[in-house]
Amino acid sequence: MTQTTESPFFRMTGICKSYRLGDEWQQVLRNVDLSIEKGEFLSVLGPSGSGKSTLMNIIGCLDTPTEGEYILHGKRVDQLDENQLSTLRNKEIGFIFQSFQLLPRQDALSNVELPLIYAGMNVHKRRARAEEMLCRVGLEEKLHHMPNQLSGGQQQRVAIARALATNPSILLADEPTGALDQKTGRQVMKLFRELNEEGRTIIMITHDVSIAGNASRIVRILDGELSEGGPEDA
Amino acid sequence: MLKESLRMSISNIVANKMRSFLTILGIIIGVMAIIALITVMESATGEVTAQFENLGTGKLTVQANGTALKSGLRETDLAKIEDLPNVSGISPSLSQTLSVVYSGEMLEDVAVKGNGYAYFQRTLDAVEKGRPLLPIDCEQRSRVCLIDSDLAHALFSGEEPLGKQLLIKGTRFTIIGLLADPDVDDVMSQLQAGSENGTLIMPYTTYMRLFGVKGVTGLEVYVTDSDLTNQTVEDIEAVLDESFNYHDNSYNVINMESLLDVMDTMMSLMTNLLVGIASIALLVGGIGIMNMMLVSVTERTGEIGLRKALGAKPRSIQVQFLMESVILSLLGGIIGVALGLAVSKVLSNMMNIAFVFSPGAVALGVCFSLAVGVIFGWAPARKASNLNPIDALRSV
Repeated sequence: MTQTTESPFFRMTGICKSYRLGDEWQQVLRNVDLSIEKGEFLSVLGPSGSGKSTLMNIIGCLDTPTEGEYILHGKRVDQLDENQLSTLRNKEIGFIFQSFQLLPRQDALSNVELPLIYAGMNVHKRRARAEEMLCRVGLEEKLHHMPNQLSGGQQQRVAIARALATNPSILLADEPTGALDQKTGRQVMKLFRELNEEGRTIIMITHDVSIAGNASRIVRILDGELSEGGPEDA
Repeated sequence: MLKESLRMSISNIVANKMRSFLTILGIIIGVMAIIALITVMESATGEVTAQFENLGTGKLTVQANGTALKSGLRETDLAKIEDLPNVSGISPSLSQTLSVVYSGEMLEDVAVKGNGYAYFQRTLDAVEKGRPLLPIDCEQRSRVCLIDSDLAHALFSGEEPLGKQLLIKGTRFTIIGLLADPDVDDVMSQLQAGSENGTLIMPYTTYMRLFGVKGVTGLEVYVTDSDLTNQTVEDIEAVLDESFNYHDNSYNVINMESLLDVMDTMMSLMTNLLVGIASIALLVGGIGIMNMMLVSVTERTGEIGLRKALGAKPRSIQVQFLMESVILSLLGGIIGVALGLAVSKVLSNMMNIAFVFSPGAVALGVCFSLAVGVIFGWAPARKASNLNPIDALRSV
């Protein structure tokens, strides 16, 4: 893997992404530049269709850009193959989804263990680590509950514990409060701020200005173009 | 990692019990049919072979009907056959039903036979008590005989028969031995079974002299080395040709072993054919598994996407799904083997043949089901592993 000399934590330069639609190429991301320091809490704010999902996929190493350079933790992501991307996602990215994405037939503990399985951790270490993470998000009482026995907020906490399990460089949250009521959403946001204070780097994608306001830095995306903008501009 | 895939596969199979069972039903039926067919065929073959062996391996049967001028073989012809290389002895089959007299009482309907000493050399347990016929008995036309238990009972009812003397056609015979009761399963003995009042055996030479028999039309020739049987058949035919002046259809030499070979070939051909037909069930079962796996991949698209997002490599997804189909079909295979063995046990009991456990059939059943799992699980597993995680996640 390519190691650049200065080895930045997170740097995107000139990222473009196009999709073929019939005979035409549609450009979804145009020349996006984005740098993040370790320990930042960043919101990417944009309406639907603005390209924020595509940006999230590229940040999350689920997709590679058509053009441009993306360096994560010193590695050139845009040059990796599928297996290397899998390893990178496992080690560097903690995903938090709008719809939680828990496996319905497995209890909270097993769900949190899932990324650790792919990290190749043995069963005892894995279990201990998963328990530790569930305690961190305040679910020490619910280790063996199935997802359908948990409230929405609790399910999202399980998902957060799962995202934290491999101790990734970045927590990448996609509309994390989208499926929650306001009060529960606020509690989840409080957890995010706490995690950020503990030194976690968080990138949160949202269309909701008030949610974005929890972050220490906000960037806006519109028609595939990214611009810096504080919460006061909202 | 493999252990995890195994655990995940099993939990998914258990979660869909009914569907999993219906899916593997095809495999169960296919493997069961194969196991039952092979086992029953092998049992039947074993049974028939055993009976044929009783009838005679290491033994040739000569039917010498002779010609219009010469009916059957003379004693000189018999001597020529007996002197051939690889011939350990001969035993002409001569028999008729006569009455026998003991201490003034006459018993009718007794099967009186003339045999060679060689018969007793070959069939060691034929004599229960006393002694068998010896070469010297045949040479000297001794007036000795052996009787079976039916006759002993009818004539002596409890008295010791050995050493007693009987009158046959006015000639005095000394009883030298008691014949063992024939094995009920022994086809040969049943064929030879005498008339209702029992059987008496005397040296064939004595028989021929006593009844004035000129020609022997049936005899058994015992060979020393059964690998050389074909050569011996030719030698015997040469003697017979000479004896009957090269007349067509004057004799027939039957080699049981060559019949056995033909039958073995037929049985294995039949087995292969039936197994081939049963394999169709297995093929259909395999398609069932493929169908279920494809449905499962579609159903679990979201799960696959999530696993990939969390760091699962395409290979681990493929292994997980492949393992699932292999476990399913192997499970079907194992159940099929068990049911197949049970069915063949019941069938062999019904057909009254000895059940032969065939490890080869079990191995074949297990290997077949394993292969079906891999072959028909491959495409769905490949499809799962190639899913794009973004599209897969969006499907939820």
